[in-house]
Parts: sequence; structure tokens; C-alpha cells
Amino acid sequence: MVSFEPTEEQLMVQKTAREFAARELAPKAAERDHEGTFPRDELRKLAELGLLGVNVPDAYGGAEMGVVAYSLAVTELARACASTTVAVCVSNMAAELICTYGSEAQKQRYARAIVDGSACCGAFALSETHCGSDAAALRTTARRDGDSWVLDGSKQWITSGDHAGVLVVWARTDNQGDRGARGIAAFIVEGGSEGLHVGKHEDKLGLRGSTTVPLTFESCRIPGDAMLGNDGDGFRLAMTALDGGRIGIASQALGIGLAALDAARDYARERSAFGRPIADKQAIQWMIADSATELEAARLLTLRAAMLKQAGVPYTREASMAKLYASEAANRVCYRALQIHGGYGYTRDFPIERMSRDVRVTTIYEGTSEIQRLVIGRSLTSA
Amino acid sequence: MQFELSEEQVLLQKTAREFARKEVAPRAAELDEKHEFPADLVKKMAQMGLMGVAVPDDYGGAGMDTLAYVLAMEEISAACASTGVIMSVNNSLVCDPLLKFGNEAQKREWLVPLASGAKLGCFALSEPQAGSDAAAQKTVAKRDGDDYVINGVKNWITNGAEADVCVLLTMTAPELGYKGITAFILPMDLAGVRVGPKENKLGITASSTTQIFLEDCRVPAKLRLGEEGEGFKVAMSTLDGGRIGIAAQALGIGRAAMEAAIAYGKERETFGKPIVKHQAIEFMLADMATELDAARLLTWRAARLKDAGMRHSTESAMAKLFAAEAANRAAKNGLQIHGGYGYTKDYAAERHYRDAKITEIYEGTSEIQRIVIARSLLK
Repeated sequence: MVSFEPTEEQLMVQKTAREFAARELAPKAAERDHEGTFPRDELRKLAELGLLGVNVPDAYGGAEMGVVAYSLAVTELARACASTTVAVCVSNMAAELICTYGSEAQKQRYARAIVDGSACCGAFALSETHCGSDAAALRTTARRDGDSWVLDGSKQWITSGDHAGVLVVWARTDNQGDRGARGIAAFIVEGGSEGLHVGKHEDKLGLRGSTTVPLTFESCRIPGDAMLGNDGDGFRLAMTALDGGRIGIASQALGIGLAALDAARDYARERSAFGRPIADKQAIQWMIADSATELEAARLLTLRAAMLKQAGVPYTREASMAKLYASEAANRVCYRALQIHGGYGYTRDFPIERMSRDVRVTTIYEGTSEIQRLVIGRSLTSA
Repeated sequence: MQFELSEEQVLLQKTAREFARKEVAPRAAELDEKHEFPADLVKKMAQMGLMGVAVPDDYGGAGMDTLAYVLAMEEISAACASTGVIMSVNNSLVCDPLLKFGNEAQKREWLVPLASGAKLGCFALSEPQAGSDAAAQKTVAKRDGDDYVINGVKNWITNGAEADVCVLLTMTAPELGYKGITAFILPMDLAGVRVGPKENKLGITASSTTQIFLEDCRVPAKLRLGEEGEGFKVAMSTLDGGRIGIAAQALGIGRAAMEAAIAYGKERETFGKPIVKHQAIEFMLADMATELDAARLLTWRAARLKDAGMRHSTESAMAKLFAAEAANRAAKNGLQIHGGYGYTKDYAAERHYRDAKITEIYEGTSEIQRIVIARSLLK
């Protein structure tokens, strides 16, 4: 059976997220952006609603509502505040990863801490100064020393890296990288661990209410049982997490795009030129029609990827398609929406200015559009 | 939310795919070259239920739904877009309005042979000076006793040269504008019906496109489809469904263009490796696949809404707009990947490129789809 209707449960999660976003996120979205205030209180409330672990089992404090519900929720949050949403996405991703590969003790302690809000949020530390998409080239090391692991190296672009109580960190356990992608393991590191230093906040174009920091590990000693999954499996864990993460970012991009379209539509009805609302002019109507159609395509691609993940079947290609298409479409939609606003769209008096900056990152993080095209292209030509 | 086809739908898709690969695809280049109507293929498709997929078996159809129709359309069109449009017109523009607006006697007499493929249908709305703007048409039907006497000229009639029956739109009250439009079932062998020569087209050349001249054509009142003045509703509802069929046709052409490009790109080497291993080519293919998947989902979604009896004008317009434009990009880049060979008739890419273009024009241009979508958002 093909059905495009969400279930009642999924609609309920969507509604919860929508109401929360309208009440708690939208009013201060501009302030968060201007002042660079991190949404700590908002994250605590999101945790209370189960939105930091939508697809995390109930046994570990999650809402256990599945991937489609997660996607719907992320889109609703992103319509109001993309900065808060990215902290939510990373938290969900980290909690899910721990629940998929962690020991029972790790799940109970760390997944639960992310989901219930006691860790504030989760973080994901894979990229380094010299490598992003090419994760197998990472250089941070983990050395066994008695009952501990000792981490040394640095990480780049860590979303919420200064606030997260729980971080998943990737490091080499091989000698000088001689095992390549197979010489990597993932570790759970608590925020504030000795030897973990948080660097200067990146001064970003958008997502200014979310923090992005470099991290340095200097003889950072963590417990001997801190490894997540098996030694050598780190690369695979990262790729699995990113497949799921891409559904989150596709959903976020969709949310920003939908908000931009709404803003453009409202403005076009209000604003008159040459004696009638600009919404009556085909030049404007075309932009609105293309934006709505592309966002609808993005929505269906995103929900399809979510459905596949939820059904437990391979979805790497479909997640890449969703992420690629939704992020590129959302960027076009924001561009047109700002254009429809004219000079006002270029000022901070209208939220479209913020959306246009926020949306830009969606074609970059969790795999650039170019990486998504590689993933999709290879799946087409390697068969 | 579910994306799995039913067993029945999968079976039809598979049957249509095998037929398309074995019997349609090998003939497509020749049919195109000779501008030849594939009468034997249409006959076989009729036996398979493909000429009335969503018509109940009581009325001669396959008794399936719009989604099944869309699946079959994609497969047939991937092999031969001309054959695809012949099928699409009969299903969407002829059977569908007869099923929805016909009375029982009309269904027995006309729908049964059309849906079973014993007869072929066509649809006549456009005129030399009126296409998208249906209320500007000039064909007039005047009541005269038990008959209507119809005069006018219809344009762009797919299947015009071969059709036995036409769903015809006329003005019964020109002064009322779109409220004065009335639909008829027109047997093509009636006195006063004359079919013009075939248009010489860029693509879909194996499907005929003609004018129909109506000269004091006397049509019995029992052949009126729906009430007087209901024609605009008939036309718009029919086109809402037709757009789903054309979206599926575009999807089929686009997919064929992509598959041809992948096959060629794996064989052809430059600078020491197959060209699909160059990112310039790989990225074009990735975009094609992504856009075609999006087009498929939009098309299926519109089909599902139609099957559920829900409004689907906006969604059909989105599917048609998006699929047609995605198919044209796929055909353009597919030809590009073939280089000089793509510009010759030795490769199907050349035909895909010509065939794809029509999907942005007929059953409402891309511009009309954008108007439909924008109005629904801005009303």
C-alpha cells in the first residue's frame, strides 16, 4: 500500500513540535540570532517533550516514535528557529548512535542523559581541521594506558561542543594510520573532562544561536570502557550516524524553506506595486509556484528516506537524495523569498534575512552537496 | 505513511516492464523514424488491460487504480513515448470522463469498448486560437430537436487519425463564457466530422496529432456528456487526471534517458577511465536520479489523492510541472553525456530529447501549471 498520510501518532508529535515552536522558539528566534544566545532553557523544555530522543527506545528515556515522527518534528522546529533545531538534531543523532552501538551501561547513562536533558545536549566530534568529508584521514589518537584511554588531537566544527554534556568523539587506535578507515574507534566523552579544551566560537554567517567550536584533546584521560562499539568500527559508526543525520538536516532545510515561503506569500499579498498586490503578478506567482513544488518534492524525498530507515532497510542513497535536494531547494526558496521582499528582505526587520543566512549551511554540513552527489552517483554507476 | 506497492500493482508494473522491454523498445526507433502508429502494440496493450487500467472490470477495464495506471505508463513511456501518449489519452482523457460523467447507457455503449481497447479514443478541447484558455473556444453546438448541430475546428488532437470516438468540448452558450461549455461523446464516423492531416512534429512522431473539422455535424442529444454548461468541469477534472498520466510519461522518458546515459557512460572511456568515473558526469547522473525520484513521488502522491477521491488539482499540477521539467533536464544531460553520438539517430538519447519536450507543453504548459499552483497558494 502506498500512503502519504502520517499516522495519528506521527501527527501528534508534529503538532507538539509545531505548538512548542510557535510558543517557545519563534518569539526569540531573532534575539538568539542577534545576541548569539544558546537555547539552553529551550533544550531543557524540548527534552521534557521527548524531542531530544524521538527515535530512542522508551527503555532509555526516549519517545520511541520512529524516524518519520522525528523528521516531522524537526521540520516544525526549523520553521521557527534553525539554530535551536541543529542542537536538537545532533542530540537525537548522538543518543540514537549510543542506543544502536553502546553497551547497556552506556545506553542507560549517556543516551538517557542526552534525552532527559541532564546533559543539556549531545555533540558529534568527527571532522578535523584538515578533514571533513574524508573522515578516514582523521588524526586524533586514542592510546590505551592501563585502565584508561588517552585522547590527543583536535576536532573542528563541533556543533554545541561547548554545551554538550555527552560527546561522541572519533579517534585512531592504530599506529600512525596504518589501518586507514579500519583504524578508527568512537568514544563517549563527558563534557568538562580534564584535558578537553573548548576553542574560540566560530563567527558564522548563520545559525548564530547555535555554537560551533574547535575542541582540543590534550592527554584527555577517559575510562577504559568509554569506547562506543568495537575497535576499528568507528568509521562504519560514523557513516551510519551520518545517513540518519542527513534525514535530520533534510528535515531542517525543509522547515527553513517552508518558513521562507510562508513569509514570501504573506509579504506578496500585503505589498502593492502598480496598483495591485505583487502576488497578482506572474513574476511573483512563478517564484511561489516553483518554491512550493520544490519543497513538496523535498518533503516527499525526506519522508521516503525516513520511512526506509524506520523499516530497517538500506537507505543511504535515499538519505543523500533527500539531503541534497531539500538543502538545495531550501536555498533557492530562501533566495526567491528574499527577492520578493525587495529591500526589506535585506534588513533584519524581516525574518527572511535570518532564514537566508541560516539555510546556507544545509548544503554544507553533514556531507556537502558534492558528497551527496558522490554517494548517489556511485550507487548508480557501480552496479 | 507507506511507500510499498500492493502485489497487484507490482505485478502490473512487472508485466508492463517486460512487455515494454521485449516488444515496445526494439520498435521505438523505427516507429519514430516512419511516423508510424503502433496499431499492433496498442492491440496487445488492450489485451493486457492497459487501455483502461483504472476502469472497473464491469465497464471493460482492468479494475485497478490510478497508481497502477501511473506505474504502467512509466514503463511503456520509458520504451516509447509515442506509445505512452496513445495509452495516456485513452485512459485519462477518454475513459476517465466517461466513467465520471457518463450515464449508464453511455458507459455500456462507449466506455466498455474504449476501456477494453476495442475502440480508441481522443479528446478535443484546444482550438487554433484557444488552448489553455478553454473559455475562448469557438466551436458551437446548437440544439436542434433531438440533436445538436456542431460547427468548429479542434486542434492538437492526439490519436486524431486513428480514433473511433472523441470526447469533445463545445460552446452551447458562448455568451456565458466557461459556464457555456458542454461536453459530447462524438463518434468519429459521424457525417460532418473530418480529420485533417497529421502534424509534422519534433517528437512523439509515432502518435498522430491532427485537427478535427466539424461541419454541421449532427450529434444526437443522448451523446451529451453531463449537463449543458458542465463542460468546463468535465474538462478541468479530466485534465487534473490527465496531468498525472503525462507526469508518468515524462518520468518514463526521463528514466530512459538516465539509463541510456549510465549504460553509455560505463562503456565510453576518456583519459583512461569510464566517463561515469569523472565527477562531471557522475554528478549529472546523481542530479537526474534525485530529481526523477522526486518526480515519481509527486506523481504517486497525486495518483493516491485521485484514488482516494480527494482534491488533487494542485498536486497534479506540481507532479506534471516537476516531472516534465526534470525529464527535460535528464534528456538534455543524457544527450550531453553521449557527446556527438547523442546527436545522431544511432542512439535513443536523440529521440528522448525530442520526445521529452512535449511534456512541458501539452495538457497544460508548465506556465499553466504554475498558475494553478500559485493560485491555490495565494487565494
